[in-house]
Amino acid sequence: MSHNISEYKDVWVFVEHDRGKIEHVSLELLTKGCQLAQDIGCNVCAFAVGDSVEAFSDKLSEYGAEKFYFIENPALREYRTEPYRDSLLHLIEKYKPEIILIGATTLGRDIAGTLATKLDTGLTADTTALDIDFESETKNLLMTRPTFGGNLMAVIYCPDTRPQMSTVRPGVFQAMKNPVNLEKIREEFELLEDKIPKKILEKVESDSDKINLGFYDVIVAGGRGIGKKENIKLLEDLANVLGGTWAVSRKVVQMGWVPYSRQVGQTGQTVHPKIYIAAGISGAIQHLAGMKSSEIIIAINRDPQAPIFDVATYGIVGDAVEILPQLTQIFGKRLKVGGSNEKE
Amino acid sequence: MHSLVFIKQVPDAAQVRVDYHTGTLIREGVPAIINPYDTHAIEAAVQMKDKFGGIVSVLSMGPPMAEEALRKALSMGADKAYLLCDKVFAGSDTWATSYALWAGAQKVIQENGPVDIFWAGKQAIDGDTAQTGPGLATRLDIPLVTCAIKIIEANPEKGYIIVQRLIEGGSETLQVSMPCMITAEKELNDLRFSPLPDLIKAVKSSVQLLNSTNTTIDPAQCGLKNSPTKVKRVFIPSKRERGEILEPSGKEIADVLFEKIEPVLKQMGRV
Ligand SMILES: Cc1cc2nc3c(=O)[nH]c(=O)nc-3n(C[C@H](O)[C@H](O)[C@H](O)COP(=O)(O)OP(=O)(O)OC[C@H]3O[C@@H](n4cnc5c(N)ncnc54)[C@H](O)[C@@H]3O)c2cc1C
Ligand SMILES: Nc1ncnc2c1ncn2[C@@H]1O[C@H](COP(=O)(O)O)[C@@H](O)[C@H]1O
Repeated sequence: MSHNISEYKDVWVFVEHDRGKIEHVSLELLTKGCQLAQDIGCNVCAFAVGDSVEAFSDKLSEYGAEKFYFIENPALREYRTEPYRDSLLHLIEKYKPEIILIGATTLGRDIAGTLATKLDTGLTADTTALDIDFESETKNLLMTRPTFGGNLMAVIYCPDTRPQMSTVRPGVFQAMKNPVNLEKIREEFELLEDKIPKKILEKVESDSDKINLGFYDVIVAGGRGIGKKENIKLLEDLANVLGGTWAVSRKVVQMGWVPYSRQVGQTGQTVHPKIYIAAGISGAIQHLAGMKSSEIIIAINRDPQAPIFDVATYGIVGDAVEILPQLTQIFGKRLKVGGSNEKE
Repeated sequence: MHSLVFIKQVPDAAQVRVDYHTGTLIREGVPAIINPYDTHAIEAAVQMKDKFGGIVSVLSMGPPMAEEALRKALSMGADKAYLLCDKVFAGSDTWATSYALWAGAQKVIQENGPVDIFWAGKQAIDGDTAQTGPGLATRLDIPLVTCAIKIIEANPEKGYIIVQRLIEGGSETLQVSMPCMITAEKELNDLRFSPLPDLIKAVKSSVQLLNSTNTTIDPAQCGLKNSPTKVKRVFIPSKRERGEILEPSGKEIADVLFEKIEPVLKQMGRV
């Protein structure tokens, strides 16, 4: 199984969207894609399918997309694996990109595996770094990803088949504006509703605050050590004076105090803020997997032996329920009110 | 109803430690378990059998030791167990793994009849790729439902199943035609203790071994050499140094901390 590599060109970024809005990770990948395209000497392009995606053109060109390949069809209004896959395949097989980047979201991971199998090419999941191997004649993409819950990093490449595909964790790369002229390429693709093996009966937004923790440069996180549901407020208050947001460990989610969308860790979100405050969090390996690469980690824990102190830049041994309000009060006095909220 | 569950034996990732001197993972003494998500896939399949009759087959690819995982599945209520075990499979990436499992599934179908629902875990905790289920559905050419959290209704007669799955920020309920592939989240069900008769059955039953000679598997599509992705190198991420424990030196602890992080806060435009 090998492909004629020279036929493939350009870096393509999959545009994920929900209710008319582009997911932030797609913009992050455009920024990264621009850099990779520069390294290889090719174009960075966006591609999307949906019922009305042309409207994304302006935003995509603002973030550096030189071309936008898209298909519009009413059957693509909501995400369903099979029609999405077939229409995306149509674009990929016709234009043959060299690299495809997809956000490692639920949707992204659902579509990527099926696309790669159809394309008979390699796929690397959940990467946290992307580089070009200048030593290889074909300038292969080097995709670094954590395995074993973040204990081991593996550098993966895909030498003989194209496209080189990767899903990439949200929040790893920063989205930066880089306005360019964008060329639109519309393709038609026929889909018959009654040939689609799936119907969506209902959609529920379980968490009214669907939140991408990766957007924030300050995160105040709490674990079981904060004691009770009402004390989430303590996290929120401190996050507000710092211009950040709050998050929790899985224990707190399991206790039903807050929705899953706030969970950091191996089975929650991965974050890389400038400042991560862990209050009443023991520092289990699965939690560390989601926050270990934060620039500054501040741990507050009653137990001086808690493993969180092994990764903390600064540690405070004490009661989080007492210390959090003190921080809020003092920081509130010494900080500008309402710092900028988002990384972007 | 015939269910086929793909299960993987994995080292208990929570117990894997790193040796920073040698730059390797310490796997000695780390128990091998059924991938936690897969146990919920097995339970879901057994619940289908309890409701509609039929059988549950389980299929794994791995070293001889993976037989243990398959026996565990039998004790949970599965009826037939198959292990794809051959040197030619070693080092397969997800593309090659889904090929071998697909070919193994053809053998299971040959012996036990057509499958109504294929089940897998959402992801394996050693590799965390979540790619094998989607790859299998694609090779089997059937619809895919990932991240299932609830089976709402199954109707084998009319040939559909209604499943609730997790999506970013919520959930959706899908009606899908069977046969289909479902990947399990842990919320899908609660695990039960194995009843004694099933424990006894698990000991007595045999696990059937499949390899490149007793199946139609093409060795040119398996293993390290034929996997499209290659590992260039592996490394242990640099260890964070244990930092500084702050003490309230006459000042409030909050002031001590503030002065420590003030430069960063300045840089971020917060001061
Ligand atoms: C497959 C798998 C995936 C997982 N995924 C995740 C994940 O994504 N995210 C995640 O977080 N976990 C995950 N976990 C769970 C993880 O192993 C831990 O159980 C969890 O992180 C512990 O949460 P905790 O630190 O809040 O609670 P605990 O472990 O109960 O720790 C509470 C801590 O608070 C301290 N404390 C108590 N009272 C106070 C007080 N008044 N003031 C200050 N400190 C106090 C205690 O000393 C203790 O260190 C996963 C586990 C598995 C098996
Ligand atoms: N070697 C294997 N044998 C059987 N099933 C597997 C194997 N590898 C992966 N799977 C199945 O695919 C799921 C996802 O695995 P992964 O893509 O590795 O994250 C697992 O939960 C299993 O159900």
